[in-house]
Amino acid sequence: MGNDKSKTGSLLIKGGHLIDPAAKINAPMDVLLRDGRVAEIALPNNIRGGADGKFDARGLIVAPGFSDLHVHLREPGQGYKETIATGTAAAAAGGFTSVCIMPNTAPVVDNAEWVAWLRHPERAAVVNVFPIGAATLNSRGAALTDFAALQRAGAVAVTDDGRPILDDEIMRAALRLGAELNLPVVQHAEDTRLTENASMHEGPTSFRLGLRGMSAAAEASIVDRDVTLAQQIRESRLHVAHLSTSDALKAVRRGKRGKARVSCEVTPHHFTLLDQDVGEYNTNFKMNPPLRSAADREAILVALADGTVDAIATDHAPHATHEKQVEFERAAFGITGLETALALAITKLHREHKIPLTRIVELFTAGPARVFDLRSRGSLARGNFADVTIFDPKKRWTFEAGKSRSLSHNTPFDGWQFTGKVVATILSGKIVYRAD
Amino acid sequence: MMHRLPSHAMNKPARGSLLGIEHLEDKEILGLLKLARRMNPLKARPLLRNKRIVLLFYEASTRTRSSFEIAAKSLGAITTLIQSSGSSIEKGESLLDTGYTLRAVGADAIVIRHPAAGAPHLMAQHLDIPVINAGDGMHEHPSQALLDAFTILKHKKSLKGLQIAIIGDIYHSRVTRSNCHLLTRFGAKITLCGPPEFVPDVAATLSPGLRVTRHIEEALRGADVIMLLRLQKERLAGQKIRLQDYIARYQMTSARVKLARRDAIVMHPGPIIRGLELTAEVADGPQSMIIDEVHNGVPTRMAILARALGKAK
Repeated sequence: MGNDKSKTGSLLIKGGHLIDPAAKINAPMDVLLRDGRVAEIALPNNIRGGADGKFDARGLIVAPGFSDLHVHLREPGQGYKETIATGTAAAAAGGFTSVCIMPNTAPVVDNAEWVAWLRHPERAAVVNVFPIGAATLNSRGAALTDFAALQRAGAVAVTDDGRPILDDEIMRAALRLGAELNLPVVQHAEDTRLTENASMHEGPTSFRLGLRGMSAAAEASIVDRDVTLAQQIRESRLHVAHLSTSDALKAVRRGKRGKARVSCEVTPHHFTLLDQDVGEYNTNFKMNPPLRSAADREAILVALADGTVDAIATDHAPHATHEKQVEFERAAFGITGLETALALAITKLHREHKIPLTRIVELFTAGPARVFDLRSRGSLARGNFADVTIFDPKKRWTFEAGKSRSLSHNTPFDGWQFTGKVVATILSGKIVYRAD
Repeated sequence: MMHRLPSHAMNKPARGSLLGIEHLEDKEILGLLKLARRMNPLKARPLLRNKRIVLLFYEASTRTRSSFEIAAKSLGAITTLIQSSGSSIEKGESLLDTGYTLRAVGADAIVIRHPAAGAPHLMAQHLDIPVINAGDGMHEHPSQALLDAFTILKHKKSLKGLQIAIIGDIYHSRVTRSNCHLLTRFGAKITLCGPPEFVPDVAATLSPGLRVTRHIEEALRGADVIMLLRLQKERLAGQKIRLQDYIARYQMTSARVKLARRDAIVMHPGPIIRGLELTAEVADGPQSMIIDEVHNGVPTRMAILARALGKAK
């Protein structure tokens, strides 16, 4: 992971336009990185003295390194889908310098040993890896894990993602324990009693295709309950993963108005696609939560713009071809997303829906860093980690799934034309990805 | 010879495939109905001599399977039946691998019934031979809709302006989805009738010319055609339905048939459960076309197979 290597030399990023929402900077600035930290931010040509290396960022946006709160890297146990090495390489190509990785592996990451294993240098991570521990043993939803031990080993949050924490008492206990430790509890909000055998959003498209649907209420009812619990438990921290419905947003707004520590993330596919895009049973459009209605997407776009949403998270969920090239109802849920997230945000949110670039950068940087307390990240304040993402907001390009760095190619965006591309990703002052 | 396409390839279905009614053009529907009228299983020409048609059935079937088989044989084709029990499907072979295998042994067309919606589409996207959907999950059952239209048109001049009541378990019914697409396309007005757990309001969005009612009297008044459906208990997935309530409110009785037009016909895709969705008197009554539908299944499927293998002239 390399952030603690003390001497990595210095790198001067010159001529770029810095967007650092946490520092309220949106101006041409030069950035000097030294020994893995931010050494200086100054107006163009105002940094004196030499640097070991220079990066010409003319015409480019320089931003704090992006953080992704929701990534499945499949290790331990499912290395045929993705490994930490391949998944973090894809993350770097997508501009992410930090990824928070989900515990629903085989076995489930429900103890400190596995958290340590995930962070071990032998995993060959290209960017920072922050494990999220399971909230309950084996994510069965019955008995809480040892949150304190998970946290000491480096877990930044707990979740049973892939499944909800359904039981009221278990969720209450998780939020209480999380409050004691200042640890966020991440909820996969799905009332699975209402979604049995369902494979897409419940609506006209699911009826037409003869597929059982997941109702919007199955998500919203859990978020609603959790927000109520979070309001009752002082200092508890609730984070709603991959929020996808208008009604769930209403519950989050209620929590935020009531000063509960409630946050939420939205995926690029939910702000881009609709349930009807499933077409004729295309399994690369099957994920959980499913693609929703136009009204849900509209509500999400509003919430991304107005600040209700804290972070864009990919829910990068790689699967092998044989798990997707099957009957729709049998196909695995999930799509890859690390390499298309920024491009979708710029193409859809910025260019189509006129959300300012500063807000988009916030959703990739300060927003997620705040949700999971990724300290000294998410902003390029002097002394912070020298994690930097440099992108060209005007570059037009075509995404080819076959050239992805991920082991898996289950993406709905193969062949899509985008505007906005990552040019370089810098981790602790070292370039870990550079576009060809 | 390599029939197997690269594993990521997604292709258009082969010409002659019949995956559903929804995306079938009007002229193809009319062409199939016209061809079906010219097909006579007792005096069939061997249009499909030496063609190999595989009947791949992952779900139980009496009518559809036997009528596809008789249709194929009447046209001189060789048929092979593969069922999930007793084949490699039981050993965990994937749908696509089964498809590649059948293609490799020389199948010229595959007729598939499958419990998963979209299974025929998956197969058609990866094989270069026609795939015919004989019922996929709750999605479509296009040959049934064609034979139902064929049956209606034996008794009614045109589909345009017909009032059709479809009563029963619409949510689980692939027959209804196909029928709604076909019949409303040619101007029929359809009323879907049943309790909310079987007839969700969203059903009315399937095609133009559909409405939903909970009241059987409203559905039947002025109806030219009454279509009944079995309650698909195997797809209920834990839903509980009180049968006595259902029978009281929705069972087709002779008295209720009288609410429809005097010349109304009663249809049912089968299998029928006497005493549940209809009484024996209705099933065996003079307005019942239930056996005619089965009978008409053979020429309709002859037409589908002849078209599939390019012998539709």
